[in-house]
Amino acid sequence: MATTRPSPDQTRTLVSGAHAARTTIALKLAMAVSGLIFIAFVLGHMYGNLKAFAGHDAFNDYAHHLRTLGEPVLPYGGLLWIIRVGLIASLVVHVTSAVLLWKRASSARQHKYAVRKYRSSTLSSRTMRWGGLTILLFLVWHLLNFSIGKVNPQGGPTNDPYDLLVDTFEVWWLTLIYLVAMVALGMHLRHGTWSASQTLGLTNSARSRRTANLAGITLAVVVAGGFSLVPIFTLFGVIS
Amino acid sequence: MTDAHRTTTPDGIVQGSDEQHDDAAGYYVDGEPIADTKAPGGPLAERWSTRQFDAKIVNPANRRKVSAIIVGTGLAGASAAATMGEAGYVVKSFCYQDSPRRAHSIAAQGGINAAKNYKGDGDSVHRLFYDTIKGGDYRSRESNVYRLAEVSVNIIDQCVAQGVPFAREYGGLLDNRSFGGVQVSRTFYARGQTGQQLLLGAYQALERQIAAGTVHCYTRHEMLELIVVDGRARGIIARDLVSGEIETHLADVVVLASGGYGNVFYLSTNAMNSNVTASWRAHRKGALMANPCYTQIHPTCIPVTGTHQSKLTLMSESLRNDGRIWVPKKKADCDKDPRDIPEEDRDYYLERIYPAFGNLVPRDIASRQAKNVCDEGRGVGPEVEGVRRGVYLDFADAMERLGRPAIEAKYGNLFDMYARITGEDPYQVPMRIYPAVHYVMGGLWVDYDLQSTIPGLFVTGEANFSDHGANRLGASALMQGLADGYFVLPNTIRDYLSASPFEKIAEDHPAVVEAQQAVRERVDKFLSTNGTRSVDSYHRELGNIMWEYCGMERTADGLRKAIDLIRTLRQDFHRNVRVLGSGENINQSLEKAGRVADFFELGELMCIDALNRRESCGGHFRGESQTEDGEALRHDDQYAYVAAWAWPGQGEDGESLPPVLHKEHLNYEFTEMKQRSYK
Amino acid sequence: MIINLKVWRQDSPAVEGELVSYQVEASEDMSFLEMLDVLNEDLIGKGEEPVVFESDCREGICGSCGLMINGQAHGPEVTTSCQLHMRSFKDGDEIVVEPWRADPFPVLKDLMVDRSAFDRLIASGGYVSVNTGAAPDAHAVPVPKPNADRAFDVATCIGCGACVAACPNGSASLFLGAKITHLSELPQGQAERDQRVVNMVGQHDHEGFGGCTNIGECTAACPKGIPLDVISRLNSDLRTALRHGR
Repeated sequence: MATTRPSPDQTRTLVSGAHAARTTIALKLAMAVSGLIFIAFVLGHMYGNLKAFAGHDAFNDYAHHLRTLGEPVLPYGGLLWIIRVGLIASLVVHVTSAVLLWKRASSARQHKYAVRKYRSSTLSSRTMRWGGLTILLFLVWHLLNFSIGKVNPQGGPTNDPYDLLVDTFEVWWLTLIYLVAMVALGMHLRHGTWSASQTLGLTNSARSRRTANLAGITLAVVVAGGFSLVPIFTLFGVIS
Repeated sequence: MTDAHRTTTPDGIVQGSDEQHDDAAGYYVDGEPIADTKAPGGPLAERWSTRQFDAKIVNPANRRKVSAIIVGTGLAGASAAATMGEAGYVVKSFCYQDSPRRAHSIAAQGGINAAKNYKGDGDSVHRLFYDTIKGGDYRSRESNVYRLAEVSVNIIDQCVAQGVPFAREYGGLLDNRSFGGVQVSRTFYARGQTGQQLLLGAYQALERQIAAGTVHCYTRHEMLELIVVDGRARGIIARDLVSGEIETHLADVVVLASGGYGNVFYLSTNAMNSNVTASWRAHRKGALMANPCYTQIHPTCIPVTGTHQSKLTLMSESLRNDGRIWVPKKKADCDKDPRDIPEEDRDYYLERIYPAFGNLVPRDIASRQAKNVCDEGRGVGPEVEGVRRGVYLDFADAMERLGRPAIEAKYGNLFDMYARITGEDPYQVPMRIYPAVHYVMGGLWVDYDLQSTIPGLFVTGEANFSDHGANRLGASALMQGLADGYFVLPNTIRDYLSASPFEKIAEDHPAVVEAQQAVRERVDKFLSTNGTRSVDSYHRELGNIMWEYCGMERTADGLRKAIDLIRTLRQDFHRNVRVLGSGENINQSLEKAGRVADFFELGELMCIDALNRRESCGGHFRGESQTEDGEALRHDDQYAYVAAWAWPGQGEDGESLPPVLHKEHLNYEFTEMKQRSYK
Repeated sequence: MIINLKVWRQDSPAVEGELVSYQVEASEDMSFLEMLDVLNEDLIGKGEEPVVFESDCREGICGSCGLMINGQAHGPEVTTSCQLHMRSFKDGDEIVVEPWRADPFPVLKDLMVDRSAFDRLIASGGYVSVNTGAAPDAHAVPVPKPNADRAFDVATCIGCGACVAACPNGSASLFLGAKITHLSELPQGQAERDQRVVNMVGQHDHEGFGGCTNIGECTAACPKGIPLDVISRLNSDLRTALRHGR
């Protein structure tokens, strides 16, 4: 159905046959849900990392146990693969939606302002895209380092998760890369948590908005802080 | 005065009548009396239903062959366009703004009256009718006003159904307040933004019809001429304000809902671009202009701060409930900090002159007395062109009595608005207020069907001379706009349209070509004058003349002087105005030039109308018509008529010819005319 | 006070524009737009075309005016451009004045943009479908006061476009959310609730507005203080529509 509004521009029409699933909000919902999956994942991952404080054997037992989880219903490593597939799917959804929305946003304002001053937005909210990209690059390195590639920078064994961890974080610049990535992750989580709550339509009052913001900050501090503990304590020799 | 009694002097001025006080003698010509032939007789309460039944119906299948042009998208225009679209007519809606939602109805604050009697306080259609007639100082039509009161209840139903978020009580039912000194609570409101919410309701209904394809909306289009073919209004010439194109739009009927002309005063509470052009072009094509001098002046506006001032801002009249109005007794105190002026040196002039009503006297009295004390040199605030125009509205007593929190709860948003505009904190320093032009009761003459004297030209809302008589009751403007647009016009216009669709008109019809030509010539004239003064500077000067001589208080001498000044200024305007740029693009100076040119002609007619009406009536005070103690004196024996003016044409060199006065006598069958008193 | 202005001048949508410097003598009592009036009178005096900018009511309610003033929508105060006063600036200040920038709001001339996209957003569903004369009595359906109040609060949107102008994504979600929330809060708006949100969001995307990333610049710039939770309501209404298979 086209509206007949001859001015100022005849080409502008009313859209017909809109579907909820084909809207930008549907894309945002996809981002929010996949983001929540990542939040659950990083919380679990962080918990596992902290096992490093319990020593070599506890950490390696944990790593091994992950593979036997769900046995005998699932084969060895089965659950891990289910999680991996879930995470990869979430990553594809998250990144695809982000790219689509990014493209939309930049074509919505092709002519930039000569002067721009922000009123209230947080740095974390304005750096979601570049921050997300940073995390993505880090992820590639991280998987090469610990999962797919298993690179031991000190040339030591790569089949012992705990040793690989210690050997990695004893190198100061590797720890630094991890810490920078955790700052990016923290910022991403801070805004991401709030944003997902808003996108899911859970922040319908001033109070719920405060709660969602607080949840974002808490998650950011817990996750980024929790992940940073192991590298820092390794660098300073507490974990060895 | 008949032709036999009229003589023309060698310089072309027509000599007046032998009536006792024909102040306007020489400035006008008497015409035949006119009458409203459409209002049915019989009991008041049956007239509207009688008319609705008698008015012929357009077969629903035929409606899509019948087209209507509606100019203006305020309450009266948007509601009419939406309703006619719903009925199935082909509607073209025009507004000069970038969106229909920005029409100036949006700025109305107070509320909308309706005789719902939800409070059970004795309200009724008849009481609303009576209050409105009395408020109009017995210068409106009984039939019209009764219909307005009747229809008022439907408006509230309609708006609630549209989702207009009126204020509600804890029980979930609608809240009402009492407004403008009436004794019942019948005013529905949406905080201080009732006009906005009502307009958005009408706008959304209009957008719905645009989506449905029944209404085509032409935004950023200004009507510059009416097309009259064989005595019927058949279309308009509009300028596309973006491309500059002069467009012809033809239809079976034309509705003007283009608002009021308060901007003839330059400074008013109207929007910057509100203008009289649509109405004035119709007037020049034969529509009578009724009671043009009836303007309403609002006492509680924020005063002028300097010559740069572009408009005035109204604050709700409710402020007078708790604020006390005063000025210093001594001129020497006028530039002092008001808090340093001791009680005995303050003149609470309203309380002094009107002990019974005090600060709550009607709008016109409060306004006029403020002007009087300022003219005496006792005004306060910054000096603008040598005069301080402002009086204090002091809340110190109320704050002491009720406490600051109570004042904040009641008036917080108004105080904030005042602080934002003036930079002063009204909780600490008394507010300064001054009257400003707010609404015009005058407008194009219409019959009971809202049809003007040009068949096929209907006029709704503030643009018609309306149901408000000589003064409008608070919260009645929104009521009238929506009554006309939603309920009256759609029911009366069908009687006219039952004979349509009328014969198709070709774009090269001589009447169309002539109208187009006239618009083009006017545009070209402004662009080629190449003078030295900006349009705004002329507008400001015209406004000063109007305010000084045709404002709150008028005298015969002053009005005659004003007419001379306007004529001289108008001639200078046409010779010396500077409009830069071209006509093929957005050109705001060009838009303003056309509007100001029409304001000049209107301003002169307003002065002549005011000169003719030698009585103090409604919002107007005539110096020559007052009681011994200086109060307004109405003359029902001489002036109980609607003064409907016909355009006489212009002389060869643009000289003004005297307009023709047609009187419509006002019959009061159901109400007794009473002289008001507030002492 | 002397103000050094840099104003965006652009003759038509088709040509490139540029920032042009002017100097204006203003007074603190002037509104920002009155200061531009003074500039325009100066320009006319010099035989230069005045700056085109939009304004109508000049009391902050019609939504016509909208200028990007030193990088902030409507300038440094939270109000409309017409209610911003020169006392918010200092003698000698440099002020950069730009039009709203968003592709769905093309510049028409100088500081004037085309916001008709907002009208189409409303036309796509921002109403209750009730014909004139078809309404039940106003008291037929009570509305709880909290809902009525919230509906009013968000219905105060003036459609100025500051939210779009301030949003880094050029999204109109706040405008959209305000209308969705207004009608969702009221019993009168329930019948069309699902279809309304789907059509309006569909139109929003069709017009080329960006998606929302919940940054909050819109609500910070909104002269009427429309809160961010209207976007939450918008999202949850769309989610419900999605669940209903719309």
